[in-house]
Amino acid sequence: MTLASEPQSLNFDCETGNYHTFCPISCVAWLYQKIEDSFFLVIGTKTCGYFLQNAMGVMIFAEPRYAMAELEEGDISAQLNDYEELKRLCAQIKRDRNPSVIVWIGTCTTEIIKMDLEGLAPKLEAEIGIPIVVARANGLDYAFTQGEDTVLAAMAHRCPDRAPTAEAEKNDRNAIQKLLNFGRKKEEVAAEESEYVDHPPLVLFGSLPDPVVTQLTLELKRQGIKVSGWLPAKRFTELPVLAEGDYVVGVNPFLSRTATTLMRRRKCKLIGAPFPIGPDGTRAWIEKICSVFGIEPKGLDEREAQIWAGLEDYVKLIRGKSVFFMGDNLLEISLARFLIRCGMTVPEIGIPYMDKRYQGAELALLEKTCAEMNVPLPRIVEKPDNYNQIQRIYELQPDLVITGMAHANPLEARGINTKWSVEFTFAQIHGFSNARDILELVTRPLRRNNSLKDLGWDKLVKETTV
Amino acid sequence: MKLAYWMYAGPAHIGTLRIASSFKNVHAIMHAPLGDDYFNVMRSMLERERDFTPVTTSVVDRHVLARGSQEKVVDNITRKDAEEHPDLIVLTPTCTSSILQEDLQNFVERAQIEAKGDVLLADVNHYRFNELQAADRTLQQIVRFYIDKARKKGELITDKTEKPSVNIIGISTLGFHNQHDCRELRKLMGDLGIEVNVVIPDQASVHELKTLPRAWFNLLPYRELGLMTAEYLQAQFGTPFVDITPMGVVETARCIRAIQQIVNAQGHSADYEPFIDEQTRFVSQAVWFSRSIDCQNLTGKKAVVFGDNTHAAALTKVLAREMGIRVVLAGTYCKYDAEWFREQVSEYCDEILISEDNAEIGNAIARLEPAAIFGTQMERHVGKRLDIPCGVIAAPIHIQNFPVGYRPYVGYEGANQLVDLVYNSFTLGMEDHLLEIFGGHDTKEVITKGMSAESDLNWSKDGLAELNKIPGFVRGKVKRNTEKFARDRGIESITAEVLYAAKEAVGA
Repeated sequence: MTLASEPQSLNFDCETGNYHTFCPISCVAWLYQKIEDSFFLVIGTKTCGYFLQNAMGVMIFAEPRYAMAELEEGDISAQLNDYEELKRLCAQIKRDRNPSVIVWIGTCTTEIIKMDLEGLAPKLEAEIGIPIVVARANGLDYAFTQGEDTVLAAMAHRCPDRAPTAEAEKNDRNAIQKLLNFGRKKEEVAAEESEYVDHPPLVLFGSLPDPVVTQLTLELKRQGIKVSGWLPAKRFTELPVLAEGDYVVGVNPFLSRTATTLMRRRKCKLIGAPFPIGPDGTRAWIEKICSVFGIEPKGLDEREAQIWAGLEDYVKLIRGKSVFFMGDNLLEISLARFLIRCGMTVPEIGIPYMDKRYQGAELALLEKTCAEMNVPLPRIVEKPDNYNQIQRIYELQPDLVITGMAHANPLEARGINTKWSVEFTFAQIHGFSNARDILELVTRPLRRNNSLKDLGWDKLVKETTV
Repeated sequence: MKLAYWMYAGPAHIGTLRIASSFKNVHAIMHAPLGDDYFNVMRSMLERERDFTPVTTSVVDRHVLARGSQEKVVDNITRKDAEEHPDLIVLTPTCTSSILQEDLQNFVERAQIEAKGDVLLADVNHYRFNELQAADRTLQQIVRFYIDKARKKGELITDKTEKPSVNIIGISTLGFHNQHDCRELRKLMGDLGIEVNVVIPDQASVHELKTLPRAWFNLLPYRELGLMTAEYLQAQFGTPFVDITPMGVVETARCIRAIQQIVNAQGHSADYEPFIDEQTRFVSQAVWFSRSIDCQNLTGKKAVVFGDNTHAAALTKVLAREMGIRVVLAGTYCKYDAEWFREQVSEYCDEILISEDNAEIGNAIARLEPAAIFGTQMERHVGKRLDIPCGVIAAPIHIQNFPVGYRPYVGYEGANQLVDLVYNSFTLGMEDHLLEIFGGHDTKEVITKGMSAESDLNWSKDGLAELNKIPGFVRGKVKRNTEKFARDRGIESITAEVLYAAKEAVGA
C-alpha cells in the first residue's frame, strides 16, 4: 500500500445505517448469566422472542432466567391494563424463581406505544417487594452491545452510596472489605491491605466473565491498585459502593451511557483510557490508571514483551495482511488498533456508533499505533451501509473481513476470508492473558484456508460480477 | 401479555420473507428497526446459503418516529430496484410497522412509479397471523398479482399441456427438509409420467407464474403452505388439487391414487396400481421392515408425537398404522388449523394436544413417559432432560436438521428415511435401558484410573476457585498444565496468579 496521500488525522465518515447487527436485547443472554440472582423480562413481541430463541441457540434450554412478556393485540390497543398485566407476570416470576432483581427490557414496541415502564416500575417494586430495573434496550436507538450499556446505566443508579454498615467509623471506605474479612485474623487483613498503595476507591464497569474479572483485578494488584468493586457484580445484591469522587474506569468501548451516568449522576471521576484488549491496550489501560493515582507502573515493559513473544507464531500469519471491519459490535476500534500493532493494515473500520469522547484515549492510541507501525490511518465509517461496504470489499479484496453471520457465508463462497464478529463479544479477549485468544479467532479462517488452499475451490458461486 | 420462554411458529414477517427469498430475483424490504433482519442470519447459517439473502431493511429509527418513514421507504425501494434489478420487491411489514400504522400501500404505489420492477406490499397483520399463515397468504398474493397482471396484458396461458402435468406448491426456504422433498416429488412425478410444470415458490421466477394454469392439477405436499394458492387457482381456472401429503407408504399410495383419479378425469388413462404395488412391496424397504422381527419388538411401545400439522399427522399415522406403535399423544402447535388435525389423527392416538405452550407439552411427556418422542428441537430437549430419545420431525429446527445428504420425508425414499428415524430412536432407548440394568459400561473404572489427575501439589483456595470456573471439558488439561508449570518452577502452592501465569506461558 502506498503512503503518499496519507491523511494526517483520523477520517470519520457516516453512511446510511443500513447494516446488519444484533438487536440490543441480546444482552440478556450474557447478563443473566453474569448476574446470578437476576431475572430478565423482555417486554416485546414475537419478533423479539424469535430473535432471542434463535440467536441464543441452546442456551435457552438450560432453564434460563429470562422470558418474554409477549404483547398481544389487547396490550397494543390498551384494552388491557399494562400495570395489571406486568403485575401478574412479575408475581409469577417471583413465585417460580424468586430473583433478587427483575430487569425489564423495553423494546421498540413499548417505545412506540409509549408504555411508561420507568413510571410503572417503582409502584410495582413497592407492591411485590423485588427491585425492578428498567433498561430501554431497543433497536430504534441502539445496536447489539449497547444493550449492556443501557442495563448497566440503569444499574448504576442502584449502587449504594455508602457501605451497608452501621459501624461508627469515619473512614468507612473499606467497610465492605472488613465485612468480607470477618472471621479472619487482624494481622492477616492488615498484611493484605499493605500490598496496596493508598489511593481513592476505584470501581471498574463492564460485564466480563469471572475468570477475566480475576485476571484484570490481579493485574492491577501487581501495581498496588485495589479494585473496590465492579459494576456489575456476580450478584445484584453485591453491587459496588459508589461515593462522590470515587474513580471509575471502563473495560469495554460500548459503555458510554454508563460512563456518563457514573459521572453526571453519581459524581464519579472517569479515567479515560484505551481498553484492555490486546497486550498494547492492556498496558496502556494500566498505565493510565497508574498515572491518575500517581503510581510508577512496574514491570509492564517485560510483561508486554513476554506476551508478544508468546504470540509470535500467530502474528507471523497475519503480518502485512489487511483486515476490513464491517462493524456491528463497537469493539472495532480497539480490535483494529491491536491488529495494526500486530502488523496488519486496516482500510476500513465500520462501527455502529462512535463516541469520540468516551473512546478518546482509544482513538489517540490508534493514531499513535498507525504512526509507529508506519501504516495509513484507517477510514472510520459510522452507521455503515452494508451494500456499499460489500462493493468496497470487492474492490479492495482484503485478506480478512470481520463481519456478521448474514454476510459471512456469501463472502466465503466468493473466496473472501471472513471471521464472524459476534465471537469477539462472547470470547475472553481482555487483559494480557487473553491476547492469544483474539489471535486464535483472527487467524482461524487463515489457518483453515491455508490447509485447504491447494484444492483450488476457493470460489464457489457461479458469477461473473465477482 | 403472555409469559413465554419459547415459541413454535415465528412472527408473520418471517413467513413473508421465506416466500420472497424462495423465488429467484425477488427482493424483500422490511420496514423494521435495526436488528430485525435476523432472518438473513438464519438463512445464511441454517441453509448454508452461498448468496446474499435478498432481504434488506428500511430502518425505523427515532427520526422515522418523528417524521414518518415515507421518503425513506420509497428511496430504499427505488435504490434496491436500481442496484439489483429484481423482478419484484416485496415491502414487508413487521410488528413495529403494524403499530405505526403508516400508509405503506401508498409508499408502494409511489415507489412503483419510479421502479422498473414490480412492487408489492405483503398483506399480513403481525398480530393476527403467525409465520405459517403469513407464508400461505404471501404466496397466494404474489401468484394472484402475476395472474392478474398477465391477464391484463393478455399474456395468460390457460391451455393445458399436452401430457398430464403438475404444479408443486409449497416448497420454500427454511422449510423442514423441503429441498430433499422437492427432489423426491419430482422423481415420483417422473415415474408416474407426469410433467412438472412449475414448482413454487422455490427457485421459481415470477415470470413463470403466468403458466400456472397450464398444469392439469396442483400438488400440495404440506398442509401449512400453499392451500390458499391452490384454492385460488381452482376458483380461477378450475384446476383441481391433491392435498394428501405423500408421507408414509399408505399415504403415498393414497396420494398417487388421488392423482390417478384427477388425470383420468381429464381424459388420460393411467393405471398406477402396478407401480404402487412394485414400490410398496419391493423397492421401498418400509413395508418389509414393518414385517421384520426388529419391528416386532416395537409393537405396542408408547410414543408421543408433536409438531406442525403436516408432519405430526403423517407421523402419527405411520407409527400407528404401519409400525404398530402406540401413539399415546399426538399434538400440533397449529392452533389456527386444529380441526383438521383432530380429524386426521383421532383414530390413531389415545390423546390429542393442541397447544403453543412448551411447558404444557413437556408436562404431558413427563406424565405419559413414552419410550420415544417425535417432535421439534424443543421436544428433543425435553427428552434429554427426561432421558427419553427423540427424533426431530418438524420445525422449529436448527442446523443439524439441514443435512447435506439426501433425506426426503415424502415418497418412497421418504418412507425409508422415516423407518430409520423411528427405529434408531427406539433402539437407542433399549440400549440405554440395558446399560442401566447391568449398571453401565463395566470397563469405566479401569479406564479412569490410568487417566487420573491425582497430584501432590497444593492448590490454594483462590486457585481452586479459579480452576473450577474453567469449563469441565478442559479443566483436566488446564490443571495438568498448571501443575507442570508449577513443578518446573518449584512453586509449591498454586494460586489464581500461578494458574494464569501458566496459561500465558503455555499459550493456551
